[in-house]
Amino acid sequence: MTDISASSFVRQDLVAERAAPAKTTGFIGFLRTRLLNSPGNILLTILGLLLAWYIVVPALKFLLVDAVWSGKDRTACLVEKAGHEVGACWPYIQAKLTQLIYGFYPEAQRWRVNLTYGLGAALLLPLLLPRLPAKGLNSGLFFFAFPAVAFFLLHGGGIAGFGVSWTAGLLQLFEQSIGGAGDLLVNLSKSSAIAPLLWVLGKVLVLVGLLIHWLIFPLTWLRDQLQLSALPVWGDFLVTAVIVSAVLFVLGGGMRTGRRALIGSLLTFAGIAAGIKLMGLDRGGFPIVDTRLWGGLLVTLVIAITGIVASMPIGIALALGRRSSIPLIRIFSIAFIEFWRGVPLITVLFFATYMLPLFVPGNFAVDGLLRALIGVAIFTGAYMAEVIRGGLAAVARGQAEAASALGLSWWKTTSLIVLPQALRYVIPGIVNSFISLFKDTSLVSIVALFDLLGSLRASFSDPNWSTPTTAFTGFAFAGMIYFVFCFGMSRYSLFVENRLNAHRRH
Amino acid sequence: MSIAPRKPPLQLALRLKRALGGKTGWNGLAAQIAFAAILAWIAYEIVANARTNLETQHIASGFGFLNYNAGFDVNLSLIAYNNSDTYWRVFFVGLLNTILVSVIGIVFATVIGFTVALCRLSPNWLLSRIGGIYVEIIRNLPVLFQILFWYLAVLAALPAPRQSISIFSTFFLNNRGLIVPQPVSEPGLYPFLAALTVGIVAALGLRHHARRALFERGQMIRVWPYVLGCLVGLPLVSMLMFGWPLKFELPQLKGFNFAGGARIIPEFVALTVALSTYTGAFIAEIVRAGVMSVHKGQMEAGSSLGLSRAATLRLIVVPQAMRVIVPPLTSQYLNLTKNSSLAVAIGYPDLVSVFAGTAVSQTGQAIEIIAMTMGVYLLLSLTTSALMSVYGWRINRSMAA
Repeated sequence: MTDISASSFVRQDLVAERAAPAKTTGFIGFLRTRLLNSPGNILLTILGLLLAWYIVVPALKFLLVDAVWSGKDRTACLVEKAGHEVGACWPYIQAKLTQLIYGFYPEAQRWRVNLTYGLGAALLLPLLLPRLPAKGLNSGLFFFAFPAVAFFLLHGGGIAGFGVSWTAGLLQLFEQSIGGAGDLLVNLSKSSAIAPLLWVLGKVLVLVGLLIHWLIFPLTWLRDQLQLSALPVWGDFLVTAVIVSAVLFVLGGGMRTGRRALIGSLLTFAGIAAGIKLMGLDRGGFPIVDTRLWGGLLVTLVIAITGIVASMPIGIALALGRRSSIPLIRIFSIAFIEFWRGVPLITVLFFATYMLPLFVPGNFAVDGLLRALIGVAIFTGAYMAEVIRGGLAAVARGQAEAASALGLSWWKTTSLIVLPQALRYVIPGIVNSFISLFKDTSLVSIVALFDLLGSLRASFSDPNWSTPTTAFTGFAFAGMIYFVFCFGMSRYSLFVENRLNAHRRH
Repeated sequence: MSIAPRKPPLQLALRLKRALGGKTGWNGLAAQIAFAAILAWIAYEIVANARTNLETQHIASGFGFLNYNAGFDVNLSLIAYNNSDTYWRVFFVGLLNTILVSVIGIVFATVIGFTVALCRLSPNWLLSRIGGIYVEIIRNLPVLFQILFWYLAVLAALPAPRQSISIFSTFFLNNRGLIVPQPVSEPGLYPFLAALTVGIVAALGLRHHARRALFERGQMIRVWPYVLGCLVGLPLVSMLMFGWPLKFELPQLKGFNFAGGARIIPEFVALTVALSTYTGAFIAEIVRAGVMSVHKGQMEAGSSLGLSRAATLRLIVVPQAMRVIVPPLTSQYLNLTKNSSLAVAIGYPDLVSVFAGTAVSQTGQAIEIIAMTMGVYLLLSLTTSALMSVYGWRINRSMAA
């Protein structure tokens, strides 16, 4: 024991302190680990710095330092006048701002556009914040009431009737078309090999037309009586309100449980009446502003919002159709979706501009903006259908099975159990297709509509403002608008995605 | 004695119901009949209206117009074309121009996309930030906006030919487009191409042989010197024997314009730059997502087996990432092809521009021409999606095995 302890060595003095390890936290540490940790990385950092230097500095110089901020016409933005190298020509944007935002919308009527923007924002913002209540009412207002109000605000004009007149007119059109087809077939049967068959078919169609005529006779009679009365719009409105409310009351369960439906329906009609009264639709409404005068950001937003609102029902219907077990509906949905997804949007817009007017009756002129809207709605609807189909596939099978075990019908299972869950899953996907829709609205400038990009391009040809930097200034301004909208939407989609996946995080 | 199993009942009514109405039975049948009636009615309305409208506008329907003389010029054509050719020829000129810009755009977009993805994946903070900013800016601006930006702002601001921006004195950039050296074929071209083809085939054969030896007998054969010899040596020998395959005619400034060289029209330059940078940003995100979808453990397992970092990437990470990358990558290629139809905005003579644009306004045959144009794009996208289903099926099979 002793000799071991004698031979053991116990160090008496302290070991010299080792140098602290290289810092890996803080700013210095960050530089060391993320930028300069190897010769290759140092080289890359220098390259990156050079790249940033040669892009950021000229861009800032152009937009701010060398920019001209005030002036009356192009001479302010010329090198001779400014006395230095000229960057962005902001007075040009000031001069063209109204054109870029409203197009040629009459100046006296621009408050209508502003009001529509305000209404839209007031309805959309609460819809986007998950914390706020009453999402059902809010989305109802945004998706149904707002488009109608916006139409009468922006376009102007009033209504000559209400539900009864519209339904009667539509059914009458249908009846005439059926009868016309029957007559055509009967005429055709005189010179055909399968004459008897055609004749029988034609006669059957004529008979069906006649039947429809008598079936809708009470409705048309009511319409004619209402149109003769002193207040056709209000009379029609009252009749429609009574009929719809009564039907909803009965369908809702009569005296037992129908009161809720009745109250809801009456409140809705009260809201519609307030809208009609406020905008004076029964007395002709606002002065009509032709859509050819619309332009700039207004057209961009109108197309984007209409596309968003119209593509949802189309997309839901097509997605459900594609999953349907009824063969014909499924095949039709697949063909429809794949067709519109397979062609570029610009050919769809050409289709809507050149072909669609040929497909409707000749006396029925389709407005240029409406054609583009139809094209965009169909196109986006097809893309939306695929997004929603993904959501439908993500809902666990047991959900629908449980619903049918409870005895719910297919409609109730779909609308109460499957769709709400499916739509929640695909909110990010829906927002992403809205982003691409918003970007795609710029394509309508090719079919002679002046959206933001179209107005910008038109403003380039103004000789009063043609300077070497006009084009760059215009693109910088429009680019900022597009970027703010699209970037905002993509950030929102990320936010919602994180919220939806909150339960998966640890 | 054996008991023969009883035959299942025929259930004719049930089978009929299934066949006619799907799972929903007679209700489904009724729905189908109603749906078919509505479709028939809409189709009848469309045909009847189109007929009357065409009659009032005095337009004869049918495809006869395709054999008429077009009578307009096209400023870029890969096949011989002049204004006395037929509309058929216009169709093919436009189609080839669409294919040209799509193929070149796809090549550049892939290069840009993979480069930006590498930047974004790089551990270097600055580089990944620059990549991220590029992707965000490009993806949040409309592609038409970018096409017009390049065409109306950047290319229009370029100087006249005399003050051209010269790149190594071989490429010249000015407001009339990009002037590049023109390749002129020499007598050695065909032997060179033949040697190259033989070399590629032989290299593929060698690789196949080496892999078989490795997988079947566990033999490692070193083939790369031979492969290199086939790929480089054979063309080199052909060049030594038959002379240069190509000669490049350099552009020279003569007076106010360039003589020699080939001029690439500014519309083409703008369209290619805009489409490839735009699609490149999307491809970068796809590639990044694909690489990040490979679990970190795969990389670690590779290095614990003693593979080098390069070998791990090549043999383990990339093959798995490719499975995720390829399907969306193809759809981006398809998108680029479809977006090339925006050429109509700047007057590049692609299919939509010359056929669905100029030809429609000249003949008024909107229905036929737009249907043909849509048909071309539809065919393209259906073919691509069919190929992708085959690809997906093969991937699934190899994953299951």
